[in-house]
Amino acid sequence: MNSNLKFTPIKDEHVRLGAKMVDFAGWYMPVEYKGLRHEHQVVREKVGLFDVSHMGEIRVSGPNALATLEWLTTNEVARLKAGQAQYTLFPNEKGGVVDDLIIYCIQPGREYLLCVNASNTDKDYAWCVKNNRGAEIKNESSQWGQIAIQGPKAMELTRRVLQIEPPHFEFREAKFKSEPVLVARTGYTGEDGVEVFVPTGAAVQLWRELLDVGADLGVEPIGLGARDTLRTEMKYPLYGHELSDETNPYAAGLGWVIKPEKKDFIGRAAMLEGKEKGLKRKLIGFKMRERGIPRQGYRLMSVDGAEAGIVTSGTLSPTLNENIGIGYLDSSLAAVGTAINVDIRGRLVRAEVVSTPFVKKKS
Amino acid sequence: MSNFNVPEEYYYTKDHEWAAVDENVVTVGITEYAQDNLGEVVYVELPEEGQKVTQGEPFGVVESVKAVSDLIAPVSGTVIEVNTAMVDNPGGLNDDPMNDGWLIRIEMDTEKELANLLRAPDYKKLIKN
Repeated sequence: MNSNLKFTPIKDEHVRLGAKMVDFAGWYMPVEYKGLRHEHQVVREKVGLFDVSHMGEIRVSGPNALATLEWLTTNEVARLKAGQAQYTLFPNEKGGVVDDLIIYCIQPGREYLLCVNASNTDKDYAWCVKNNRGAEIKNESSQWGQIAIQGPKAMELTRRVLQIEPPHFEFREAKFKSEPVLVARTGYTGEDGVEVFVPTGAAVQLWRELLDVGADLGVEPIGLGARDTLRTEMKYPLYGHELSDETNPYAAGLGWVIKPEKKDFIGRAAMLEGKEKGLKRKLIGFKMRERGIPRQGYRLMSVDGAEAGIVTSGTLSPTLNENIGIGYLDSSLAAVGTAINVDIRGRLVRAEVVSTPFVKKKS
Repeated sequence: MSNFNVPEEYYYTKDHEWAAVDENVVTVGITEYAQDNLGEVVYVELPEEGQKVTQGEPFGVVESVKAVSDLIAPVSGTVIEVNTAMVDNPGGLNDDPMNDGWLIRIEMDTEKELANLLRAPDYKKLIKN
């Protein structure tokens, strides 16, 4: 095993709870506890806890914080009021995606906390520093633990332990045992819930208290395996699957977070050019109509046998008990109901483009 | 770490298949360790009877919700029996990988290939690390 593995502050709890641990992007993380399908169901029906302390936190502050973030990201940062969150992208000069992230506005114009993908934290931080327009930029990832509380009972548990209920896609600063925490009504599961940023030293205490206080709600710890199936059912993009340095985000259906008409940003011209190209391929969802599970990298084919795209994610959907996939497909075939084939290890298996999310969002 | 059943009389591959030898017929399955690592098995793909398999080469596929794994043939030979119950009910592999969850029977070409496989003590060492 990789001897440079990084540990979250909650690692020993996972081991004690009997989790199966794996190397995920250089982090020693729980992939499942009792079983993926069970954990998936707990989040859809009750409430689950995710240790997402591996996620990166970057603070951008000072008088030039806003100007820097407008240049670094595609969405309109100036619109954010204190306590609001925004999904956005770091674009590169070629109109591709360095990462996707959430910006939390602490003080408009002057102070923002960025939550980025674990696998990209170092790359993102270097990118921000390289393209800085005079802000103070700090990688605070090692100072923060992060726990996601997700599911229909998530807000009940949050109220009990943190006495707070931020509006959807907003966050509030709160206290947990006199430690400052940031509670954000965001998530990656399609269920209601929050993501709590907690100082590293208090993370285990918060984790234990949530499990304790939520016992009667049926709360359980959830591994990265179910985190992936939950987000796939919602067709939420995952960097390294649906997004990459080469991805045209318009093709990924992310035009709603790109505001070239409002501001200038890195690679703006290239991205506008890509807006036209974006029409050639589209990120779609499909369901298998014959036996077989689609996986990243498998080819999508037209029924006449022409290569027509590529699978970016696929799994058995625990909620639907059907095999589902996400992929880039020629726009001419992207209409819901179109029959396609998936090349599964050399075998052509029937599938059909379907509307997404695969599972209806409840929050 | 759980305690996995590793019968002394079986042979093993480093890819976590077991092989039970009865004269020139070899029954093949995945080990408890493999089953545990995969998690819930949701898809199994096996060869047809009569198909040739080669030692060290894939003969089929098992998939959990998370991932695909090749099944590796412990010996070369001809497939003479296929446990289609596992194709219809992949979860059977989780329930009893060492017995009812066997996958194929191979009529092996040569016993000499058995020397390339692991015996129980070495396999136990492998999964300890």
